[in-house]
Amino acid sequence: MSTETEEKYENYYVPEQSPWPIVGAVALFFIAWGGGNFIHQSTEIVETGDQSWGGLVFLAALAVMIYMVFRWWKDTIKESVEGLYSAQMDRSFKQGMLWFIMSEVMFFAAFFGALLYVRQLVIPWLGGEGNNAMTHALLHPDFLPQWPLTKTPDGTTTQAMGAWGLPAINTAILLTSSWTLTIAHHALKDNNRQALLNYTSITALLGIIFLALQVLEYHHAYNEMGLTLGSGIYGSTFFLLTGFHGFHVTIGTIFLIVLSIRCAKGHFTEKHHFAYEAGAWYWHFVDVVWLFLFIFVYLM
Amino acid sequence: MSDHHPTGFTRWLYTTNHKDIGSMYLWFSFIMFLIGGAMAMVIRAELYQPGLQFVDPNFFNQMTTMHGLIMVFGAVMPSMVGLANWLIPMMIGAPDMALPRMNNWSFWILPFAFTLLLSSLFMEGGAPNFGWTFYAPLSTTFGPPSTDFFILGVHMMGISSIMGAINVIVTVFNMRAPGMTLMKMPLFVWTWLITAFLLIMVMPVLAGTVTMMLTDRHFGTSFFDAAGGGDPVMFQHIFWFFGHPEVYIMILPAFGVVSEIIPTFSRKKLFGYSSMVYATASIALLSFIVWAHHMFAVGMPVAGELFFMIATMLIAVPTGVKVFNWVATMWQGALTFETPMLFSIAFVILFTIGGFSGVMLAMAPVDFQYHDTYFVVAHFHYVLFPGAIFGTTAAVYYWLPKWAGKMYNETAGKIHFWLSMIFVNLTFFPMHFSGLAGMPRRIPDYNMMFADFNMWASIGAFGLGLTQVYFLVIVLLTLKNGKTAEQKQWEGASGLEWDAMPSPAPYHTFSTPPKID
Repeated sequence: MSTETEEKYENYYVPEQSPWPIVGAVALFFIAWGGGNFIHQSTEIVETGDQSWGGLVFLAALAVMIYMVFRWWKDTIKESVEGLYSAQMDRSFKQGMLWFIMSEVMFFAAFFGALLYVRQLVIPWLGGEGNNAMTHALLHPDFLPQWPLTKTPDGTTTQAMGAWGLPAINTAILLTSSWTLTIAHHALKDNNRQALLNYTSITALLGIIFLALQVLEYHHAYNEMGLTLGSGIYGSTFFLLTGFHGFHVTIGTIFLIVLSIRCAKGHFTEKHHFAYEAGAWYWHFVDVVWLFLFIFVYLM
Repeated sequence: MSDHHPTGFTRWLYTTNHKDIGSMYLWFSFIMFLIGGAMAMVIRAELYQPGLQFVDPNFFNQMTTMHGLIMVFGAVMPSMVGLANWLIPMMIGAPDMALPRMNNWSFWILPFAFTLLLSSLFMEGGAPNFGWTFYAPLSTTFGPPSTDFFILGVHMMGISSIMGAINVIVTVFNMRAPGMTLMKMPLFVWTWLITAFLLIMVMPVLAGTVTMMLTDRHFGTSFFDAAGGGDPVMFQHIFWFFGHPEVYIMILPAFGVVSEIIPTFSRKKLFGYSSMVYATASIALLSFIVWAHHMFAVGMPVAGELFFMIATMLIAVPTGVKVFNWVATMWQGALTFETPMLFSIAFVILFTIGGFSGVMLAMAPVDFQYHDTYFVVAHFHYVLFPGAIFGTTAAVYYWLPKWAGKMYNETAGKIHFWLSMIFVNLTFFPMHFSGLAGMPRRIPDYNMMFADFNMWASIGAFGLGLTQVYFLVIVLLTLKNGKTAEQKQWEGASGLEWDAMPSPAPYHTFSTPPKID
């Protein structure tokens, strides 16, 4: 026991000082500051005249943020490739990634919670259930409690998105991508470089196709179905849930592209490939979120 | 053990050292404590007498809102993270936190987040004025333009908290010295582990809440708008799903602190260590199923009122276990009453008062009377000031000799304690009475019948505020010319931070794992 642990500590590596976190903090501030002003300047919530610098500040800060992440992880990758990281460090990264995914699960839980609360309680109550008969009769007598809510209490109408067109195809694409990623992961463990590179790239490509179809779906919703963010609670939950999922798929796809490049460079070994595992976990996570989306947003 | 450390201001900007980051967290939280405290002084000055004296009602509302936000997110939470950074690696025999660069990022986001939040005071339409709970539609339809910067500031604080929490959990699970099994960990480490779990579970939900607010305000969604099929009450549900665990996030680390201090000055082991661990975990789990007790008066179905009432009262059981264990630890101990011990004993007594008023508030039928009154204000200030803040204060007195290698002046510490003790009760105890008599919270003016209670509370608050400035003086004087501290400053202390390193703790501790018996 003691020899094993002493060896662990011999390899312990306290990362050197780094300028990137503080750069990230400053960038985050200007993303928020610029973004807030952009919203104000484009919606005239306050008298701003014709100013439009908010969006520029936002984009510049976003660029700095992306550069920061790139440089920070470049340093990390360099240290990893140099073999500075011990097994203990590797475990820290893995556990950190899993808890990060847990926090993402809870972020989606807030929106799923809102969806279920609305469907199970708010809509029936607006329809007069429980002790709400008079609310219904006096405020919105024409309101029909149904889901999808295609007509809101104030009379906004929309069409509901069906499950068996693009969404079903997208489900198949994401399930396939999880499968190809698993093949790639096994190839990595078997030290089969070519299969690893091929299947990782295919997975990234499937991610891109998914995103393209999602854009197509949004286009269809906005231009042909009248389903928008402003279409009452159905549109609100639909676009925020699928939108945040799509954002996560974008991050995951970028992750997979970077992993493909690193596979080509031969960064990963059968034993030592934390980044690959993290990317795979993240991809499976967005896949599982999509399954819940398909069931609760599209199907039911 | 080398004590070499980087110099210049980049030491602080680029640092990966848990002690540097811990110190920055603690100083940051104290600055926020003074800013939030100054806002409390504005509130108490206005309430000193009935009628409108100093500020207009809208500004008064901005003060109550900003006071709450700054104290919760800027003072209490970062002070606890500062303690975690300093103590957890030293207590479990780790060389540093598990993810040191992310640790730096967690900290440095905070000053920027609070710059954003505080800048809202100078914006057109003023700062947020809807209370720290930012209920819709006050914060959506009727919120001032600065609400958007508040929302984005909360996003930044959330990112910081989540990264900090991930770091704590990974450090505890992966960095313990060999032999430091989970059930051998100091209780402070246990309470922080559970706190970090709560943070990871609820901070993302807060982020979701404010995101829905932002889209409701500007992008046409109707989450909290019944006309579009949403529900303003849903805001309260989602907010309090975060908000209730949040109150345990603020208090659990303080539980850990007093569980370290009371055994030291009782010269006994902590009574019922494992029951303390299980009680803390039970409190954390129960905190997920009690949120709607903040909403009894909103018009929930009776089944909901009953469920949340009973679940809430259950929390009194594990909390009672903890209080009895602290008392049993002191029972027949060889007690001495140094400043950290005084603050800890006051914590046990006054937190229990806050706990009892909490049980009163948990009863749905009577909550209809207290809801939104000063009784609620009295309740949560009793658990936060003599609870969380006395806990942090006790921790500073207790570990300052270890951190700085300097000993504070015991007489000054005792003066600080007794003034705090008197003024905290003078400030908050009368609020129970004015609340029971029906004085609503968050108003700048009130009925003549509440005048005496409010005058006493204001006098107490001014005294309490000044006393905390005195605390700053004590700490600064200690750092400047305190007597040199011994390695084990407290005779009855135990734990790696006292047994395995000198005072002050060297810049890098444990380059080799310590031996744990």
